[in-house]
Amino acid sequence: MTEGGGPTTDRTPSPSSVLGHPSSLPDHWDLVIRPHRKWFDLKLGELWRYRDLVMLFVRRDFVALYKQTILGPLWYIIQPLLTTITFTIVFGRIARLPTNGLPQFLFYMAGTVVWTYFATCLTKTSETFVQNAQLFGKVYFPRLAVPVSILISNLIAFAIQFVFFLAFMVYFALRGSPIRPNPYILLTPILLLTMAGLALGFGTIVLALTTKYRDLRFLIHFGVQLLMYAAPVVYSTSSLPPGLQPIVRANPLSSIIEAFRYAYLGGVAPSLGQLAYSFGFMVVILVVGIVVFNRVEATFVDTV
Amino acid sequence: MPSTVISVEHLSKSYRLGQIGTGRLVDDLKIWWAKARGKPNPLAKIGQQDLRRNDQEPRTKNHKPDNRDGEIIWALKDINFEVKQGEILGIIGRNGAGKSTLLKIMTGVTAPTSGQIKAKGRVASLLEVGTGFHPELTGRENIYLNGAILGMKKVEIARKFDEIVAFSEVEQFIDTPVKRYSSGMYVRLAFAVAAHLDPEILLVDEVLAVGDAAFQKKCLGKMGDVASGGRTVLFVSHNMTAVRGLCQRAVLLRDGRLVQSGVAADVIGNYLGEILNRGDATLLADRRDRQGSGVVKVTGMRVGTRTDPASGHWITGEDAVAEVDYACDGTNGLRNVVVAIGVRRLDQSPMLYLGSEVVRFNIDWIEGTGTFVCVIKRLPLESGRFSLNVDIEQNKVLADRVNAALVLDVAEGDYYGTGVVWPFSGFLCDYTWSHAKGVKPAASR
Repeated sequence: MTEGGGPTTDRTPSPSSVLGHPSSLPDHWDLVIRPHRKWFDLKLGELWRYRDLVMLFVRRDFVALYKQTILGPLWYIIQPLLTTITFTIVFGRIARLPTNGLPQFLFYMAGTVVWTYFATCLTKTSETFVQNAQLFGKVYFPRLAVPVSILISNLIAFAIQFVFFLAFMVYFALRGSPIRPNPYILLTPILLLTMAGLALGFGTIVLALTTKYRDLRFLIHFGVQLLMYAAPVVYSTSSLPPGLQPIVRANPLSSIIEAFRYAYLGGVAPSLGQLAYSFGFMVVILVVGIVVFNRVEATFVDTV
Repeated sequence: MPSTVISVEHLSKSYRLGQIGTGRLVDDLKIWWAKARGKPNPLAKIGQQDLRRNDQEPRTKNHKPDNRDGEIIWALKDINFEVKQGEILGIIGRNGAGKSTLLKIMTGVTAPTSGQIKAKGRVASLLEVGTGFHPELTGRENIYLNGAILGMKKVEIARKFDEIVAFSEVEQFIDTPVKRYSSGMYVRLAFAVAAHLDPEILLVDEVLAVGDAAFQKKCLGKMGDVASGGRTVLFVSHNMTAVRGLCQRAVLLRDGRLVQSGVAADVIGNYLGEILNRGDATLLADRRDRQGSGVVKVTGMRVGTRTDPASGHWITGEDAVAEVDYACDGTNGLRNVVVAIGVRRLDQSPMLYLGSEVVRFNIDWIEGTGTFVCVIKRLPLESGRFSLNVDIEQNKVLADRVNAALVLDVAEGDYYGTGVVWPFSGFLCDYTWSHAKGVKPAASR
């Protein structure tokens, strides 16, 4: 890392620069680059000006991912389906973990779909610099555009998987399974927002560390897999021994997964206090993550 | 009087080795633990060696003793200059002088350590065209993506789309993934996007090294247009002919400091003097500014005459000899090798290409180390100074290339064997004169 902080890039779009003519005012500078940046300078306005880029990144990720594959976007469905089947067999049939009386298949699928969104966003965000090192070294644009585009493109994947999940839900309901969707459904946007915020916050913190310590890159991949067992993906919190419950509840993702599952399937609802805890946790981790991101992005080019 | 659009004030950029860390959490923790107990850094040496080895980034480029200040390396130190509106400013200097770091700071890619840059209007860069191109996407999709990366809005790109495609000359393939493009098409498309950015300030770094001659001409023309339209261009290049042709003013950087700023021709003269002294300073084998896969490397080069193959100079009209020593990487031999020497003027404009493939000298197999020898019969170069590039290809893949591997003097000689030497004739060749008396017959042409 270099001496000094990041640059303060004040990119004020003056009317003159919008018109494409250089400003003739003697003391007006459109761009001032100097060291030391304020600790919490989100530059959201700048990110907003680059919204087209964010959407093009989303499109790129979507189009490029499944080019030259036979099944194409079907993979978005195959992945959670195979995972759900595996979980149903291993945890449902063999280990016989209780599912609060819900159909095992739907229970695991809800958990998998939600968890996949978080896990993918986290892993991909933490790889932002490594994946884009060449690009970042050559051109300036708000670096946050990349993680934000990751959140959005995975939201599309999530939507596809979610519709698939709803289809199974309808199928099970028609067959008379005891499913009770309830007003918690209205919380869906907030749950998604919390999850995206957590993924972005954690992702950027890991990102900041991986730029300095490469070993963490290996850790994150299998770490995320292990982390899944610390969240109620394959079990429900209420079925745990009382001693373990607080540990799992401390995980801010737990209440989100539980709330999600409860909203669409019924069963045991997490308390609103729990959800508030997750939301608060998200805000804190997001702020920390973005501050760290701003510190690192300015000079990461020199270290990677 | 045109106004100042870029003002660089006391700009410095340093890389502090100590702060980079070892790159391994465990080692950093060990150092931290030792510090906490008041013990010396247990890994001091290892840490530094690690840094050296992992270093491809700018921080090693400048590891000259005079550039080091304890553990701090100054890539740029106290740079000051101003650029007026509509000016094309050349930025020249040897590899590692800080040219690219300067442009990187200007684009906002990396932060300065102290000082500041002020600019009026939108700044856009052509730091290696085609960054952000995705091979799987079509030409059309990449135009939009690349345009957005460079800071254009979608509507803006849509408006200029046809113009961009026409400029790039790849209309037919616009819906083909760019991975199927030839490298020429790829570069043309990438440059076309960048050229249509219409920024007030354009930063150009060595893009002109790519593409065919006709396209390069087009690019230079576009840059001229940009400047004549009241926009400002900062042009970083090693191609002194291009700098001389385009720029009125130039600045010369050396080891992170600005050593000269002024009329382009003067600054270029100074720079050319500087690169002459460089050949002696570094051994060819130790040169780091090389390209290629490295399966075989040029380890040494000698020039001379038949009688003294290592004399270091050639003589006009006498047989000239150039020897290229190579060493293969590893113990495996290599098939299908091509070696070539490029003779260039000091401003890097090409004079002569001496390639083994051109004269169909087949090198089927090389192994270990050895020497290629090239002999030019009756050297047809005038006296003067030239620089030699050398490259080795293996299976049509570049294995090693060193530009300006050697600078040599060609001494005046009697090419025609007549005792008459006519300087400044451009080039020399065999010719004869004849003479017919009386009226020339009308039929003969």
